[in-house]
Amino acid sequence: MKHEDLPPLRDPAPPTHPVGTPQPLIDGVEKVSGSARYTADLPSAGALVGRIGRSMVAHGVIRGIDTTAALALPGVRAVVTGEDFAAPYGVIPIAQNEWPLARGKVRYRGEPLFAVAADDDEAAAAALAAVRVEIDPLPAYFEADAARAEGAVRLHDDKPGNLERTVEQDFGDVDAGFAAGHLVLEREYDCAEVAHGQIELNATLAQWDPEAERLTVQSVTQVPYYLHLTLAQTLGLPGEAIRVIKPFVGGGFGHRVEPLNFEMVCAALARAAGGTVKLELSREEVFLTHRGRPATKTKLKVGFGRGGEITAVAAEVVQRGGAYAGYGLVTILYAGALLHALYRIGAVRYRGYRVYTNLPPCGAMRGHGAVNVRFAFESLLDEAAAALGVDPFTLRRANLIEPPYRTLNDLQVNSYGLPACLDAVERASGWRERRGALPPGRGLGMACSHYVSGSAKPVHWSGEPHAVVNLRLDFDGGITLLTGASDIGQGSSTLLVQVAAEVLLLPMRRFRVISADSALTPKDNGSYSSRVSFMVGNAALRAAEALKRSLVEAAAKQFECAAGDIEWLGESCGVAGTDRRLSFPQVVRAALAENGPLTAQGTWSTPPETQGGRFRGAAVGSTAGFSYAAQVVEVEVDADTGALKVVKCWVAHDCGRAINPLAVQGQVQGAVWMGLGQAMAEETRYHEGLPLAANLLDYRIATAVESPPIEVTLVESLDPLGPFGAKEASEGGLHSTPPALAAAVQDACGVRLARLPLLPERVLEALTHKRRDDKAAAARAARAQALPDRIAEEAR
Amino acid sequence: MTARVLQLHVNGRAHAVAADDHLLLVDVLRERLALTGTKQGCDGGECGACTVLVDGEPRLACITLAAAVEGRKVETIESLSSQGRLSALQRALHEKLGTQCGFCTPGMVMAAEALLRRTPQPSEQQVREAIAGNLCRCTGYVKIVEAVLSVSPTEAAR
Repeated sequence: MKHEDLPPLRDPAPPTHPVGTPQPLIDGVEKVSGSARYTADLPSAGALVGRIGRSMVAHGVIRGIDTTAALALPGVRAVVTGEDFAAPYGVIPIAQNEWPLARGKVRYRGEPLFAVAADDDEAAAAALAAVRVEIDPLPAYFEADAARAEGAVRLHDDKPGNLERTVEQDFGDVDAGFAAGHLVLEREYDCAEVAHGQIELNATLAQWDPEAERLTVQSVTQVPYYLHLTLAQTLGLPGEAIRVIKPFVGGGFGHRVEPLNFEMVCAALARAAGGTVKLELSREEVFLTHRGRPATKTKLKVGFGRGGEITAVAAEVVQRGGAYAGYGLVTILYAGALLHALYRIGAVRYRGYRVYTNLPPCGAMRGHGAVNVRFAFESLLDEAAAALGVDPFTLRRANLIEPPYRTLNDLQVNSYGLPACLDAVERASGWRERRGALPPGRGLGMACSHYVSGSAKPVHWSGEPHAVVNLRLDFDGGITLLTGASDIGQGSSTLLVQVAAEVLLLPMRRFRVISADSALTPKDNGSYSSRVSFMVGNAALRAAEALKRSLVEAAAKQFECAAGDIEWLGESCGVAGTDRRLSFPQVVRAALAENGPLTAQGTWSTPPETQGGRFRGAAVGSTAGFSYAAQVVEVEVDADTGALKVVKCWVAHDCGRAINPLAVQGQVQGAVWMGLGQAMAEETRYHEGLPLAANLLDYRIATAVESPPIEVTLVESLDPLGPFGAKEASEGGLHSTPPALAAAVQDACGVRLARLPLLPERVLEALTHKRRDDKAAAARAARAQALPDRIAEEAR
Repeated sequence: MTARVLQLHVNGRAHAVAADDHLLLVDVLRERLALTGTKQGCDGGECGACTVLVDGEPRLACITLAAAVEGRKVETIESLSSQGRLSALQRALHEKLGTQCGFCTPGMVMAAEALLRRTPQPSEQQVREAIAGNLCRCTGYVKIVEAVLSVSPTEAAR
């Protein structure tokens, strides 16, 4: 079909530019209408009910698990134990020491020991009760100090001192830095363990086809790819026998980055029963699955020059890691790595200790590894500002860096919007006019933070591209975007369509997203470390460029002109300088006539210079783009009860370019709010390893009534490597919330708290101490005043 | 434990459901009537994701016996749209990003729906109180509150 055969073109739609415009989520209608299907909602008629039996013992040697009586019960189809798995697992290839069901030893109360598949809930419950377990208890350790003490029994034979990982890093001359310091402060900080608290309960639906020996798993995962690899490894199956599908996922925040035990257990049950098994965890079990932010003790020493410049930093961080490796070594490395790249620092010494304890394993949680150390660092800066007699903003401004900048630990900063973030929140909060002028009991505090836009070196370093997006265009003129990236609510699918539509200048309604199904979508490293916008966004951009090239070539052929002469306008194209035009459907027909349906692929990998240095552990913290944030928190302290009321938060976040400003605002608000939760009330608590707050009433997530307004300013620093300049938006705003709140409390009532959460009783205790101290000081002053008079009197 | 036939009135339709006395409303809705828009996010009465309306009042379906709503009018998230078109409240939550992962959204919508029927022009504090039993882990509630407040009284009345 030549162009002269084509019908005349009627008013094609103009080019569209969705990047930078607020877009509702492309899957939002399903969510608000209730039609979105999450794992537990998937049709599962006839599926067996899976249940997990858990250890009542915190640490012990398994002498035997007798499943005979359970298997003999009516309606029980399968019982599995650790012996039914082929290999242990762990998200980090060099630290795989966890079995889906415990083998040999149990290491925490609530650890999965065995599992059953039965016809219904009642039969499953009866089966759980009928399994006989014999365990010889060992001494158990619920705090890092106890686990590290001399003579403590090892949780894992290969880890003396129960140290999973010790990190020793020295950059620059730290001692000289302290010696040169005009002010050197040394403080200790203590942060409680917190959990992700995603509202969707964990669930997996696994189907085993005994004839084909194939497994299909649908689950709540953030990284379907890791789950796929781990299913193959733990079940001893070839990768091609497995299909992993991600339905709608109700939040993650890091809980679902690692492959989790219940997912493998469900698959093992399906295989053992020869059918389909649905395994839904209770909220208590979700808390036991854990992988949250570890309880962290930080000793921090910082030296300052006369102008407030940071001359040296020494940090010692101890993380109570729980019973298994999981992400632990990455978490303890992040804590050290992200001491860098926010400010210019003269020298840094870092000592990190990741400790095994007999508690549910910790893992990655929003702001991975860096939140508790940032609390320490910013809290100390606040105190230093007071000691130096400068405003907290001034102290930060004395330590800004200028991009491009290479940190002491070889991290690359290409864009740096922190100065603009500082200006924005200082202005928005009325800091200069209001600080110091607020009524008693009210205060303002500020802090800064940063985070990575994806880890520059993935956990599974295979040499493959970091991100791959496929675009498929067929006769209907619709473009299907295929990605393995998991939209878990952050709006990544919407963003990818915006990027592709922007390149092709086409309306977003021409696109559909399929994400994620290992049978259809290209491998992706998944949703963790805020990598998707940056990395998968770049892959989508390149895929769209490739598709556009094919379409432009087809148009050029039609017009018998050079590709360079084609003016591409999305819904239409033509020869520049002429009135010869083709509509998009016409171009598609022409392109398909040549080769059939079009498939375009885009890939992206981080440039080598962003992948960190050459020392051990250097990959952690490396990223192609750092986000930056500054915030101010206003608080009201009730002097009688110690209760805090956050009046308002002002946050400015440097997201590079806000591809979807609506979603970026939502992400930043969510991050700040989650930081407030950790700062004010959240804490997993245990008694002898028994969780005391494994429900959403005792684990105190803030309600709408307790949550403040959060005002967001977006700073767009346009990163040279990000897609359209974009960087991450979901995590970096969190880290500065707890220290900003603590600083606000200090401003409000003069007490400086170094322990999270800032519970009312802790605030009250500090206030009581302060009153006593103030009173004693006043009395001393009065005595001192009186003393010379008395001496004079006695002398007379 | 005895099974009997319950006469339920859900989303304008009559259903006869054979159920044990201890069966919970959330399980009847999700498993017997395939109304999976109603979610369960906790072990009972903690999170609000299962909020439905019973005679116009918000109720937690995960701690309500199915037998207790016999003869009463039950409304779930699936009833709000009309011919597949979103209600004004649903549209506001969609367009203003009052939903991120979406898991708490059905319960949140039903709690807000009950408020708007009672109080078509609520204050911000009334909105926050009305959804205080519904936990959201994604949004910090900021855009949820904005969305509910943006629904005009005439729209809310539909």
